[in-house]
Amino acid sequence: MSTLNKAAAPNDKNHGSNSAGRGPGRLLGGRRTEGSGKGSEPASGVEKRRNLGAGGFVLLAVGAFVFLFPFYYMFIGSLQTSPDTSVAGAFPNPANITGENYSNINNSINLLQGLVNSGIFTGGVIFFTVVFGLLVGYALAQMQFRGKGLVFGMMLLVQMIPFQLLLIPLYVMIVRDYGLADTYLGMILPFAINSTAVFVFRQYFMQLPSTLFEAARIDGASELRILWQIAIPLVKPAIVTAILLTFIGPWNEFLWPFLVTKDQSIQPLAVSLANYISNIAATASNPFGAILAGACVLAAPAVALFIFFQRQFISTNIGSSVKG
Amino acid sequence: MSLRTSDGSPVTGAPVGGTTDQRLVTRKRKNFLGRQPLGLLFSAPYVIYVLGVLAFPLGYAVYISFHDYFFTAPGVQVDRPFVGLDNYITVLTDPAVQRSFANIGVFLVINVPLTVGLSLVLANALNRVTKLKTFFRVSYYVPYVTASVAVVGVWLFLFQQNGLVNAVLGPLAPNPSWLVNSWLAMPTVALFVTWKQLGFFILLYLAALQNIPDELYESASVDGANKRVQFWNITVPGVRSASVLVTLLATITGANLFTEPYLLTGGGGPDGASTSPVFLMYQMGILQGNPDVAAALGVVLVIGVLLIALIQKRLVGGKED
Repeated sequence: MSTLNKAAAPNDKNHGSNSAGRGPGRLLGGRRTEGSGKGSEPASGVEKRRNLGAGGFVLLAVGAFVFLFPFYYMFIGSLQTSPDTSVAGAFPNPANITGENYSNINNSINLLQGLVNSGIFTGGVIFFTVVFGLLVGYALAQMQFRGKGLVFGMMLLVQMIPFQLLLIPLYVMIVRDYGLADTYLGMILPFAINSTAVFVFRQYFMQLPSTLFEAARIDGASELRILWQIAIPLVKPAIVTAILLTFIGPWNEFLWPFLVTKDQSIQPLAVSLANYISNIAATASNPFGAILAGACVLAAPAVALFIFFQRQFISTNIGSSVKG
Repeated sequence: MSLRTSDGSPVTGAPVGGTTDQRLVTRKRKNFLGRQPLGLLFSAPYVIYVLGVLAFPLGYAVYISFHDYFFTAPGVQVDRPFVGLDNYITVLTDPAVQRSFANIGVFLVINVPLTVGLSLVLANALNRVTKLKTFFRVSYYVPYVTASVAVVGVWLFLFQQNGLVNAVLGPLAPNPSWLVNSWLAMPTVALFVTWKQLGFFILLYLAALQNIPDELYESASVDGANKRVQFWNITVPGVRSASVLVTLLATITGANLFTEPYLLTGGGGPDGASTSPVFLMYQMGILQGNPDVAAALGVVLVIGVLLIALIQKRLVGGKED
């Protein structure tokens, strides 16, 4: 054990300095630079190129407005007693503010239950992805075994399978054959292990020097213990990145949970809100207020999460998320 | 099976020390399953998952599309005769399917160039900006990380007959309004998806821009090339492989279109002007109980996407590929 710790310590430093320069593996093709350059601007030679003209800045600002305005408008709209679609309505009007829309939508669809269901769906996918993804990612990066190339090739190919082709057979299998309609497992299954996350894990494990693992093996540590005590603590940033990447899928997924759930008490919020939009909204007194209130509740966790962890969500990390 | 034998410590019994590394390697080469056969066990859950939940259904889709397949109660054995290309003929001669493919064509013609152009220009500006860089980056990917269902809500609000967009446009507002106008429904959906996905493509381009050496820009500006010339002669060729990827992914996203026509235009309205193939798959396969026809449509769609992707790779990728 003592040797094990000794072996880990110097390499920990090593890893730190490595990751700045080399990035998570060759396959990502140096995409790391954008992330590591954050905070401290690159050397002075770049100065001339970095100089963005006023026109470019205006362009960026207009872009940011176009991207953010709908979110602002979503929030404002969710607070309006009666929908004001005039230009003035885009500004908060104290006379027209209410929290009623939130309670209205909550009476039609149980927002909390929806959030919990979304959470279980997303959490399940993240759980399977992290547990099994770390195992296979570590095996692919630091273990020598027969069939490794095959597993790696499979992981790359799987990311190219278009979901629309799987739609019907998965529906037949999961809903009809296995009877998993209206279950969390039925929702989770097609997304259970995110191959992009597996790829991210492998890339990070590849960065760690293999001598570290050889040393631990010589000390008699089991592979599981090496993974748990040495490898995982060194790739914590990879885990955050993989969780963020994986989160987007199930939290925002509509089509699949829509197909497998009919029972509202198990539907993720995206599905129950969509059903509200297409079926019930027409009969409500202020349909848009209620829809926008629901939309805010659905959007808020994802937006908050990505603002909070924005450093982990950079081009480097998602560069490989080639999901069809 | 034989996994057990070397479970835990494959090197037990080997003398401890640095110089034995070589001997260790040769010794373990002899092991049929590799030096760490446990790797097989570590990979097993993932492999089983991929085979069972992704690879098998892929083959199953093709099987269903060639048979007279219908839903039964679980466990019931029924005869599902091979019908050859019947399902494919049904699909290809269906006017609704033809319409949906034409719709996707309209979608792609608007969405793909807009996506490629805007994301490259914005990524290029974002790459150079020094002030508010994080703010811009985050605001661009916020729509991407938000659920379609949530942002569809606000787009419905913005683009309805009396919505803010029409209020701003005043007399220029289209009549009938955007989403209920058979000429504008699909373009509006395309615009929505462009807006929604752009942040992701900006991030891809940002990554690609890091690979262009700064020296190129420096020597170009020494030679007196202005920003525009630099953009067309250094940036655009420099990110060509990313452009291929962006084009491909934007096309795949377009082919997968479901949520937007389902919610924005109330199931592909008006009058089928914004139906998408995946929406028809849902309608035919699950609502009308013809999974065989729907599976055939899925296969046709994927083949179509592959063909388009190949053509795009030629066009965008240039001669070097």
